[in-house]
Amino acid sequence: MRMELIQPFINAADAVFAESLQAPTKILDLSMDENTYRRKGVAALISIKGDIEGRVILDLSPEVAMRVASQLAGSPLPESEQVVRETVCELANMVIGNSVTLLNDQGFRFKVFPPEIHMNVEGLAGSVDTEAMVLCIETPCGEIYINIAMHYLHRRRQEQSAVHALD
Amino acid sequence: MQQFSPLLRKDQQPVRYLVVDDSVFARKNLIKMIEMFGGEVAGEAGDGLTAIAEYNRAKPDIVLMDITMPQMEGIEAVERIVRQHADARIVMVSSVGYQENILAALQKGAKHFVQKPVKPEVLYEILRYVLGDDPNAVGGPVALAGEHHI
Repeated sequence: MRMELIQPFINAADAVFAESLQAPTKILDLSMDENTYRRKGVAALISIKGDIEGRVILDLSPEVAMRVASQLAGSPLPESEQVVRETVCELANMVIGNSVTLLNDQGFRFKVFPPEIHMNVEGLAGSVDTEAMVLCIETPCGEIYINIAMHYLHRRRQEQSAVHALD
Repeated sequence: MQQFSPLLRKDQQPVRYLVVDDSVFARKNLIKMIEMFGGEVAGEAGDGLTAIAEYNRAKPDIVLMDITMPQMEGIEAVERIVRQHADARIVMVSSVGYQENILAALQKGAKHFVQKPVKPEVLYEILRYVLGDDPNAVGGPVALAGEHHI
């Protein structure tokens, strides 16, 4: 696991939650996980393919999603599956958008796929046997989990090794 | 909640906005800010194609345009709108703020760029600048490093 690939996602998540919710956030837990990801609530999975490849899962309970939605809307919203989906999607888009901006400006080129929302009981496709960084961020609306698995594309690694060999 | 002086047109009428984003949620968030700025929502669209139709129908003063959307992306919609309406004032609003994206949008005719999550005070200053209310408010052209506003 390369921390230089993970760090932009952690920084972006922290900044996006703090800015969106207008309150400080705190990283409660940070660990490595090699098992299939077990969803805790409603999850958005975003895949990345290119110079770097992997996926990011943003996961929060429907109750937390509703509190986030109400906070962003400025008034309490009636609970609905649509609002929960929209909230999780929008948070995921903002976190990914901000982190890929940092990575892209570092010279990495890749494609980001639209978020897939998982609300049902089945596991998450693409999350099997992947070493991932799992973190829990405490926000005023509740805990938000992020699971990040990211690596350099093999071809890119070889290119970099070749460059180093020439140095 | 932060207070803002109303942004008005030269005829003292509220500024009319077209809000384009495939996320209903993001549109609501922008509409909340538009109301804080004393503006009026002239229309909404969830993709670039609808945005073009809505622009032709509503003739808004300002368009707030997302970049990544289904059917037609924001940058292509900007190009088509500006081709038909050279005076269109379009501000890109996207979570993806890398330089290529911003440059592409500006080359197609967008006036400015703001990154999500949108801070009301940043959007307000950008709108003031784009509306020409205070040309010095935001400092001119878009910055291409760090925060994508000045």
